[in-house]
Amino acid sequence: MLPVLPGVITFGVITGVAMIGAGLSAWGAVAMSVLVFAGTAQLAALQLAAAGASLPVIFFAGLIINLRFALYSLSISRYVGHAPRGLRIALSYLLSDNGYAHAVARFGVHPDEPRKPEYLLGSEIMIWTAWQAATLAGIAVGTGLPRAWSLEFIVTLTFLALAASSIRDRPGLAAASASAAIAIAAYALPYRLGLLLATGAGVAAGLVAERWTRSRSPA
Amino acid sequence: MDTLTLAGLILALAATSFGARSSFILFLGRRAASPTVQRALRFVPPAVLTALVVPELVLAAGGPSLVGNARLAAGLVAAAVAWKTRNTLLTILVGMLCLHALRLLGYGA
Repeated sequence: MLPVLPGVITFGVITGVAMIGAGLSAWGAVAMSVLVFAGTAQLAALQLAAAGASLPVIFFAGLIINLRFALYSLSISRYVGHAPRGLRIALSYLLSDNGYAHAVARFGVHPDEPRKPEYLLGSEIMIWTAWQAATLAGIAVGTGLPRAWSLEFIVTLTFLALAASSIRDRPGLAAASASAAIAIAAYALPYRLGLLLATGAGVAAGLVAERWTRSRSPA
Repeated sequence: MDTLTLAGLILALAATSFGARSSFILFLGRRAASPTVQRALRFVPPAVLTALVVPELVLAAGGPSLVGNARLAAGLVAAAVAWKTRNTLLTILVGMLCLHALRLLGYGA
């Protein structure tokens, strides 16, 4: 049992309930969970679709949210880059936040781990299985709850919790604040284009704040 | 959402997640991203997550709504819990309880 599994299961159940809360059918939710296998992007897409965003905006939002996987892919490729192509294709589908974090920590402590690609594959299969089972449970629970409970608000609250844990320092807070300001100022733009504007402004504000913090601190 | 739109949405999203995951493992090999890109990527989560949350809390049917808005009030309480505890489940429970308590008390819609 991996130490990350309780967290995976909790977020899986939440995602299952929230997908139903966002108005998806049970089969649609299962298809999305298997094909996309990225909880945050799934919930963001459903929330944006419900708010009337166009498909290109949803696509770019998904791309931005999934950018972190490219960073994991880059970082883990030094351990698995030499593996056979089939194994690398499987890992490209399975690579997850928790599997990446677990493997990098493990390979840091045990650099002589003999079969690193296979180790990562095994961890990711465990995580995938736990995630899909938890999502199914969430879908079943969500389908049984009354619509009057406003379950779609769970999606917003999940993002709120994730946003709070992603703000670790002042530049991070600057990024979030600028993003919030632009998101409100740009509310009248169609297709939720404000999301992309706000994200760009937030990243720019974070970079500026980081440079400013660094230039003021004694080197 | 009709079936065709949903299928398009799911396939577009699947392309973004597989594309990002496979980028270096499968295609680009062992390279290094530029330091500026790596620094910028650090700010993507706070920026994009905030941009997803704020309009859901602040906007009502006609535009921004700060008073008599149960979602905003519940969201602010949940934000305090999230900031203090860093606990996703607790944040959701408190936020949902607040939303329904406020509505029962007749505050906002």
